[in-house]
Amino acid sequence: MSQATLSPGIVPGRLTPDELAVNFADVAPPLDRHEAHVEADRCYFCHDAPCITACPTGIDIPLFIRQIATDTPDAAGMTIFHANILGGMCARVCPTENLCEGSCVRNDAEGQPVRIGALQRYATDGLIADGAHPFRRAEPTGKRIAVVGAGPAGLSCAHRLAAKGHDVTIFDARAKPGGLNEYGIASYKTVDGFAQAEVAWLMGIGGITMETGRALGRDLTLDTLRAEYDAVFLGIGLGAVNALRTEGESFQNVRDAVDFISELRQADDRGALPVGRDVVVIGGGMTAVDAAVQAKLLGAENVTMVYRRSRDQMGASEHEQDHATSKGVRIIHGAAPIAVLGKGKVEAVQFAYTEIREGQLHLSENGFQLPADQVFKAIGQRLEAPLADLDLAKSGKIAVTGPGRTSLDGVWAGGDCAMGGDDLTVTAVAEGRDAAEDIDARLTGRPVEIPG
Amino acid sequence: MADLRSEFIGIKSPNPFWLASAPPTDKEYNVRRAFQAGWGGVVWKTLGAEGPPVVNVNGPRYGVVHGPDRRVLGLNNIELITDRPLEVNLREIKQVKRDYPDRALIISLMVPCDEDSWRDILKRIEDTGADGVELNFGCPHGMAERGMGSAVGQVPDYIEMVTRWVKQYSRMPCIVKLTPNITDVRKPAEAARRGGADAVSLINTINSITSVDLDLFAPEPTIDGKGSHGGYCGPAVKPIALNMVAEIARNPATAGLPISGIGGVTTWRDAAEFMALGAGNVQVCTAAMTYGFKVVQEMITGLHDYLDRHDMALSDLIGRAVPNVKDWQELNLNYVTKAVIDQEACIKCGRCYAACEDTSHQAIAMKSGRVFEVVEEECVACNLCVDVCPVQDCITMRELAPGETDLRTGIARGDYANWTTHPNNPAATAAE
Ligand SMILES: Cc1cc2nc3c(=O)[nH]c(=O)nc-3n(C[C@H](O)[C@H](O)[C@H](O)COP(=O)(O)OP(=O)(O)OC[C@H]3O[C@@H](n4cnc5c(N)ncnc54)[C@H](O)[C@@H]3O)c2cc1C
Ligand SMILES: Cc1cc2nc3c(=O)[nH]c(=O)nc-3n(C[C@H](O)[C@H](O)[C@H](O)COP(=O)(O)O)c2cc1C
Ligand code: SF4
Ligand code: SF4
Ligand code: SF4
Repeated sequence: MSQATLSPGIVPGRLTPDELAVNFADVAPPLDRHEAHVEADRCYFCHDAPCITACPTGIDIPLFIRQIATDTPDAAGMTIFHANILGGMCARVCPTENLCEGSCVRNDAEGQPVRIGALQRYATDGLIADGAHPFRRAEPTGKRIAVVGAGPAGLSCAHRLAAKGHDVTIFDARAKPGGLNEYGIASYKTVDGFAQAEVAWLMGIGGITMETGRALGRDLTLDTLRAEYDAVFLGIGLGAVNALRTEGESFQNVRDAVDFISELRQADDRGALPVGRDVVVIGGGMTAVDAAVQAKLLGAENVTMVYRRSRDQMGASEHEQDHATSKGVRIIHGAAPIAVLGKGKVEAVQFAYTEIREGQLHLSENGFQLPADQVFKAIGQRLEAPLADLDLAKSGKIAVTGPGRTSLDGVWAGGDCAMGGDDLTVTAVAEGRDAAEDIDARLTGRPVEIPG
Repeated sequence: MADLRSEFIGIKSPNPFWLASAPPTDKEYNVRRAFQAGWGGVVWKTLGAEGPPVVNVNGPRYGVVHGPDRRVLGLNNIELITDRPLEVNLREIKQVKRDYPDRALIISLMVPCDEDSWRDILKRIEDTGADGVELNFGCPHGMAERGMGSAVGQVPDYIEMVTRWVKQYSRMPCIVKLTPNITDVRKPAEAARRGGADAVSLINTINSITSVDLDLFAPEPTIDGKGSHGGYCGPAVKPIALNMVAEIARNPATAGLPISGIGGVTTWRDAAEFMALGAGNVQVCTAAMTYGFKVVQEMITGLHDYLDRHDMALSDLIGRAVPNVKDWQELNLNYVTKAVIDQEACIKCGRCYAACEDTSHQAIAMKSGRVFEVVEEECVACNLCVDVCPVQDCITMRELAPGETDLRTGIARGDYANWTTHPNNPAATAAE
């Protein structure tokens, strides 16, 4: 092992540029035509297919796979985009084993589902690479809609509204659009600047103005948006991070995993990113896995992920967990941090094993200590600032009824910031799309039409 | 172990698997390796008359129909008879036969439809040591335009005439290879028998266009922007060939005439089916062209295994299904079955539902949790669900016990009765 890997503390350049290039390469490279055809031939074209039911955006999976099998990948791509305009990103990031692939009848048949995600990427890559936007807008309606948040929910909503002839302005607090597609998703899932390419392609429909660096609550108020626009959609995600509430949390080198991940996504030179030798990640969701894996890929020697409940309760899918362990991440279940130890700077974390008694999680007497020069917190995100006047659900998210209607007339919400559904890219896309349909129906009286 | 040794019209071979006359049998190099691989016999690629050989196209000669995963289901070709000089073929045939005396070696022939041509060619092949001749009256393209091949095979009188010449000028056993490009295959078979043929072989290839190039707007294979029909073979033609074999086997005028079964034989099972319908042996072309000579090994072990399991000799198999091939009107209309779905085996794909629902029966119910159940009141026992279900044996057809009520018709299952006596049959009523 090289000296750089073994140096203690948080240092950059643990791995060579070549090693980094290998580590951060596309984790699931695209299928070529032959592979796609062999896989497409496996689909049974099920009646009322369970995979469609399992897809939050209801993509007609058997149809698009049949279109691949008949060598019309662009038609397949259109089947996908009609239901899910971010079908390209979803093909890369969906935890398919819990969604479409998890319900594929081939699991029962021979324990191996049709590789729907990989086929979806095959079908969508071509149209996006082609550049020309394949949808045309309907006649202008003269209606103007404000979308706050350029993440999957906001983008999906904006595209559907633009397609229906409305004029849309998207406001986003950050410098680049894309939301967590750009700042969150693990680098090896979406390589070569795909997130920005996809947004640019989506914007190709026209009728959407993107205003980045504009934050609701800082630069804009909901009242003015409501006054100036015919409707408002909120897709602002979950901007704040839950705290550990343990001793030593404020020590140096204890930080939020989402910040580390976003830095990594934005880094031009990953070799310049400092990372610890002994890294501890606290949490059991996708964010925890992504932080742990990417710390390892940057060259950390020991990376341990600690989750307080059991394995099957982890937010990260089995596939994600397996991926993490295959990269050398150690996963400990059933332990919770009780103190961050050190002198101003973190040196170790003290954990206690947990027990479930009467359905409640309790700390046990037994525990262990893990040496740590860097600690990432990934125990969940929440809505940033309470938005005046909007009712919140018990979960702390924006309360909605039906397709994203909030307690305020003319204001819709979807994606992670709104209650209901899993916090997934594909769910955000579905909710944004459905809200757009509802907005359109409200503004024009046209019937709701949701493909898929 | 069952004995696979076969004797067909007096020609002995170690097994009933012969290679059909086609490119795999076009030269000594191939035929030697085929024999080494275990083939029981070969029918040499069709020889033409003395003189400059025919020429083939120099562009693609095959078209294909693929199943899933590009499995070859059907092949068509526009190849002609051998394009190598007659003397070369004859010399090679002699050498191979000398080295493989235990294998069957048949010479396929196609010459112009006049007596001299046939007398001449028969004389030329006399001293090759070959075991017999096969008259190629089947090639449907190219040669037919020149008055040979299927142009002869489509006119029973010509078949009879040429067969008579062959029997007159040669002592060799004579197989007449039939074309399927006719309306009633019994007529050419009867003609062959009248002419003195020792056997018929069938089928040769079926007129076909396998696909159209949608950029060039021409049939495939496309030669310089044009295409002509070819001859279709491979697994896709097996059902057509089986029917024709059965028609000849159960036709009183041709019953007992030995048959060499050809068309889509790919596995031991295909071969066994041909033989059950009356073929004394089988010939194979496309399977060998697709997978190589080695496929015969599976055919040999599979047939062994099957005969052993049923404690049958090869001769017991031949023709065993023929008495059960009937006209539709002889089928028992009181035989009632109902589909049964094995819920354990079911993977819940819903294909049976889609098929039955959209095929006028609506006899499968889709219940919550994707449970698929047969509605016996609606099930007409068509078997379509069984055919489309991706899981083997997941759906089966249950036979109603005698006296059991068919929930669809409300009628108890009765004794054998067919259409000829059915009250709905106007002819039956008239007969009374
Ligand atoms: C590290 C990580 C990895 C993940 N990996 C996966 C994965 O592999 N697969 C998967 O399906 N899901 C994954 N997720 C979840 C997924 O990214 C989210 O569910 C999804 O992005 C939610 O979309 P959204 O549009 O609701 O919110 P976001 O993507 O969070 O977008 C919200 C947008 O709103 C903007 N915004 C926020 N507040 C304001 C404001 N006040 N004013 C203006 N703009 C504002 C933000 O800048 C942002 O651009 C991951 C999440 C994280 C954190
Ligand atoms: C390329 C090709 C060439 C053929 N040439 C001949 C031939 O010269 N003489 C002949 O009698 N049959 C010829 N046939 C027909 C085959 O012998 C056989 O009857 C037919 O292919 C059906 O059998 P199969 O389904 O096993 O291929 C040819 C078939 C193919 C594919
Ligand atoms: S469940 Fe599987 S086999 Fe069935 S349609 Fe979906 S992908 Fe195809
Ligand atoms: S046998 Fe035919 S009618 Fe009966 S359930 Fe199957 S498909 Fe339907
Ligand atoms: S076709 Fe077969 S496997 Fe599919 S639902 Fe019907 S019975 Fe089940």
